Amino acid sequence: MSDASNPESLTRIADLVGKNDIVLFMKGTALFPQCGFSSRAIAILDRLGVQYETVDVLQDPEIRQGIKAYSEWPTVPQLYVRGEFVGGSDIMMEMFESGELQQLLGAEAG
Amino acid sequence: MAMAASEIERLIKAAIPDAEVVIRDLAGDGDHYAARVVSRSFAGLSRIRQHQQVYAALGGRMGGELHALQLQTAVPQMEKSK
Repeated sequence: MSDASNPESLTRIADLVGKNDIVLFMKGTALFPQCGFSSRAIAILDRLGVQYETVDVLQDPEIRQGIKAYSEWPTVPQLYVRGEFVGGSDIMMEMFESGELQQLLGAEAG
Repeated sequence: MAMAASEIERLIKAAIPDAEVVIRDLAGDGDHYAARVVSRSFAGLSRIRQHQQVYAALGGRMGGELHALQLQTAVPQMEKSK
């Protein structure tokens, strides 16, 4: 994690975050998450029934490194909503349980 | 690569001296933990900033040496409800 991420990968990340209202950087895909935390994040988004994009960091080492610098956050998954970093799966779960995430994502309650 | 729960607690307390730290070893393998950290220093900070302080305390081990740490942060209850 000590190597500086290159500016190009940060630009690509900014682009992905900018053009998708809801985007989850994760390990694996929505259908086949490759890590328990990513799986939990997907379960929450699916439960809310919102449309989202995913980016599989395992397919792209530059994004995998870059995303940590981009948000100053050491782990994946990472959720971004309308350009803002929301948090990882623990924060998603807390916000889901309190109803904040539903509000943020404009999802129907329940 | 694993890390002892006591070491995680030590690092967090070194950086956040008033922190109450409760750590659970989720899988019994010294590699998957859940931590709850309560500190007055979190008051007024967003959840992201609170978690970032804990990650900073762990000094880059998170995501490396320490694979899985479920994290929950909070401000002491007394401070919240006045």
